Amino acid sequence: MTAVPRRRMVPAYLATGGRSRPGTAGFDRLTVLSASGTEPPPELAELGAEHGRLWDLLRPGALTVVEAAAHLRLPVSATVFLAADLVEAGCLRARAPIPRAQQTDRSIVERLLVGLRTLR
Amino acid sequence: MDSALSGSPAAPGGPDRVGYLPDRDQTLMKLVVAGPFGVGKTTLIRTLSEIPTLHTEEAMTETGAPVDDVAGLTGKSTTTVAVDFGRLTLPGQVVLYMFGTPGQRRFFPLWQDIARGAVGALVLADTRRLADSFEIMDMVEEQGLPYAVAVNCFPDAPVHPPDVLRAHLDLHASTPLVLCDARERDSGLDALIALTEHVLHGLPAGTDPAGSDPAGTDPDASDPAGPDPAGSDPAVPDPAPEQP
Repeated sequence: MTAVPRRRMVPAYLATGGRSRPGTAGFDRLTVLSASGTEPPPELAELGAEHGRLWDLLRPGALTVVEAAAHLRLPVSATVFLAADLVEAGCLRARAPIPRAQQTDRSIVERLLVGLRTLR
Repeated sequence: MDSALSGSPAAPGGPDRVGYLPDRDQTLMKLVVAGPFGVGKTTLIRTLSEIPTLHTEEAMTETGAPVDDVAGLTGKSTTTVAVDFGRLTLPGQVVLYMFGTPGQRRFFPLWQDIARGAVGALVLADTRRLADSFEIMDMVEEQGLPYAVAVNCFPDAPVHPPDVLRAHLDLHASTPLVLCDARERDSGLDALIALTEHVLHGLPAGTDPAGSDPAGTDPDASDPAGPDPAGSDPAVPDPAPEQP
């Protein structure tokens, strides 16, 4: 079913293999996902094409969860499920939107302001 | 949970169409662009975004009044709302995501979910229907998110002096009000700058709460590390009397 349906044939809750999932807590819309180079194992392929689509999407480069969701036309929540599976299987890396080393809210907002003014 | 959407050809097929993040050590932040339907949220995001604007379909269960006529479909009222977003990479390894969020109270749970962790909100308003922005302003305030109001100057909309607009919108003296044209990049940037300055003013100087530095409120908080002194843009309809 790669025939470009106008509307998804497989409901989103089945895209996740019909499961709810623990271990998705750390994920956010802006969590950055990137491929690790490890191909998804057959178990994930069996769950459906969705894991493979996400992995394919990310093979060339990194994207946030929300961007991946938009490109795959999946709800953010379903994308998080898929990503969590793939991270667990070692096929994807996930990192927080703000790297650990940068602690303060203030320094982060300052960088934003400086960046915006530079563009202006 | 609902599924995908209509429109445009599917599948990520061509990776060239996907705007990948250039490298992995960037700091990602988000702002929400909020306002009533048709006020120019998507236009503003499109103007500023470096990637073609994307959207996700977010499913939600209605919490408010049944506005949609669900004739014959009693009992179930799940609706799907599209959330547009765009991305802007700034110098200094900063990537800003801008999310357009629906302005109605019935979408409050979705709004909260998107606004969580946002730097601030830019509330758009239209002078022909200022009152339509009240609902979202209430939501932003409830969420405790700092915000600025940008009046999107539609060509055929009446023009009012900023103080009149402030009074109509019942803005707190410190809340910036800017006039902007959502179709113009510099104008949109000015609105984001006004918002970001406002957010910065509200943050404790020195280190964060965790850092436990009591540092008295620094009077000149506006550009501590900023190489660029003073916003210095004559075109900006001055945000607000921030300084006493």
